[in-house]
Amino acid sequence: MSKNSKEAIAILGVTSSIARALAEEFARDGHPLVLAARDLDEAETIGADIRVRCGVETAALELDAAHFDTHEAFVEECLEACGNKLGGVVLCYGFMDAQVKAEADFVIARRTIDVNFTSAVSILERFAEYFTERRSGFIAGISSVAGDRGRQSNYIYGSAKAGLTTYLAGLRNRMFHHGVHVITIKPGFVDTKMTYGLPNLFLVASPEQAAKAMHRAIVKRKNTVYVPWFWRYIMLIIRHVPDWQFKKMKM
Amino acid sequence: MIPSVKQPLSGWGRFPSEDCIVYRPEKRKELETIFEESELPHFIARGLGRSYGDTAINGGGGVISFLRLNRMLSFDEESGVLECEAGVSLAEIVETFLPRGWFLPVTPGTKFVTVGGAIANDVHGKNHHRDGTFGAHVLDLTLLTPKGKVMTCTPKSHEDVFWATVGGIGLTGLILTARVRLQRVESAYLRVDYRRLPDIHATLSAIQETDADYQYSVAWVDCLARGKSLGRSVLMLGNHAGPGELGSRKGDPFKVRAKHKPGVPFDFPGLVLNPLSIKAFNAAFYAMHPTSQGKIIDYDTYFYPLDSIHNWNRIYGKRGFTQYQATFPVGHEEGLIGLLERLSAASCASFLAVLKRFGPQGPGLLSYPFEGYTLTLDIPIRAGLLAFLSDCDKHVLKHGGRLYLAKDVNTHPDVFAAMYPRLAEFRTVRRKLDPNSRLSSRMARRLRLAKDDKA
Repeated sequence: MSKNSKEAIAILGVTSSIARALAEEFARDGHPLVLAARDLDEAETIGADIRVRCGVETAALELDAAHFDTHEAFVEECLEACGNKLGGVVLCYGFMDAQVKAEADFVIARRTIDVNFTSAVSILERFAEYFTERRSGFIAGISSVAGDRGRQSNYIYGSAKAGLTTYLAGLRNRMFHHGVHVITIKPGFVDTKMTYGLPNLFLVASPEQAAKAMHRAIVKRKNTVYVPWFWRYIMLIIRHVPDWQFKKMKM
Repeated sequence: MIPSVKQPLSGWGRFPSEDCIVYRPEKRKELETIFEESELPHFIARGLGRSYGDTAINGGGGVISFLRLNRMLSFDEESGVLECEAGVSLAEIVETFLPRGWFLPVTPGTKFVTVGGAIANDVHGKNHHRDGTFGAHVLDLTLLTPKGKVMTCTPKSHEDVFWATVGGIGLTGLILTARVRLQRVESAYLRVDYRRLPDIHATLSAIQETDADYQYSVAWVDCLARGKSLGRSVLMLGNHAGPGELGSRKGDPFKVRAKHKPGVPFDFPGLVLNPLSIKAFNAAFYAMHPTSQGKIIDYDTYFYPLDSIHNWNRIYGKRGFTQYQATFPVGHEEGLIGLLERLSAASCASFLAVLKRFGPQGPGLLSYPFEGYTLTLDIPIRAGLLAFLSDCDKHVLKHGGRLYLAKDVNTHPDVFAAMYPRLAEFRTVRRKLDPNSRLSSRMARRLRLAKDDKA
């Protein structure tokens, strides 16, 4: 990838529809890409698509977020794949199952926490090391509005995302002093596989709309961004309902 | 478990509508899982839902949306061969490849159709007389058969499956990928000549005279004109323009200025479209298009005039509409004239009636076009319409004509069978591929496409 003048961007969990659209946004800007996913075949298919449409180089890597002991080697592979010219990393993957299942089965609860929170610490610390040394680059993490307040319908996933949000806030503070930017992205409802068929969704954005907004936010070096933007105000209200009232609500 | 959503679905005509269980896989493997794990009796694939009737709805069964399986897999800059998944839309192909000098080999009147849908309906365009159907430009395709096997078919290997799938409205398997050869063009523009023609005889002879000189040919017909003016038309003839023909347009010949895209935000009340307003529209169109030469028009305006109006199907109101398309063989022009007389006498209101001459029949077993004249018009659904159309169907059959699956909602199975002599061959191939009828649709059951069980 050395002939490309732009630095590569790594997209972790590229098989989600938001991640795929976001990868395409970076590709249209001329960035080569490292695309990682648990399903390597799918990552390669998405890579082929982006090469045909945008004419940038892509590499596909296997990544299993729940296998922490593979992460160090993964980050090394990732840097190797782009010839040590990585400009940024976007953590896009996540895991959500029905709340009631996570309540009843700790294996599911644990997987929710491991994939959404623990693995982020495990992987992003290694990338942080690399970017600290280079004194440039960015780390973006896709968290969720679900992490802004625990609700009975989704609090196990929500608390894992809350952990991710707080982790990214701390990382942002630390990395600022090394010239590295960290951005927290909080999507509301987006029309993805994760939300397909869920009842009571409203104001649903398409993955392409969401990805455009995320890309813009990353380029503009925002700190925390809600996607679509109005979720900032929805969550502002939800966060400010006092507990004595909130606990009575069915949300 | 793969998530699904129960929702009412219809074709682009918004009639009829049925509750379907809709899957929207995002990975190849999920398709196989749906076949294996779902308890539903049968499935049909669906793309962008631009078929007018009931080809891609399946009440009581599953509908598999291909909209997220839209990855392009490879492109050969030398030969123009694109390999892609079935969910890739023609709009995406144009957007990606027109700036590099390639265009679709065949395009219907909307670019919002998927490659899978274009193959399954074996769609045609204004260049059929010269270039044939979409299927003629497909080098090969991969099919997930109802038995769970992935099969690569070409016109040379598994050719029976290939030609049953081209035009087979999704009943042979799920089309996974295809390789399609694009055509080279030198700009994003067409050089268009208009001929204003006073009646049907002038129209037919003008089409015949000009077809050899133009890659694209279609006549807009005022189907409300009667008597001496019956079949008066504006014949629109086009060829791709070279970079030297673009006149004052400077810069990149593949660049087209973005247009404002209006939409139809709600269903128009029935009153908006009445015989008077439509008569006025038709008369105005005729008056505004005198015979002229060499007009340079961008591809979007030329091929896809209605795509610029989002949800244009809403102008026909809540009850929906049907698009009636009938083709009469060469030598049976009196059948076409008879149909025009029936339609104009019944004041079947339509904004858009188009007439074109098709080239020879292709090898697709249920492929629609054959050498002759094809007339297409939109008709809003109203009381008594279906009975009227059934009469028209018989008239079409009597004159050796044929109706089109991508549009049909109403044809009687016996009438349909009489129009498609290769239906028995299609059923044979299908029986081999899908012995347990895992693929079905409202249309398949209504027209007994799978087997002739008179159920």
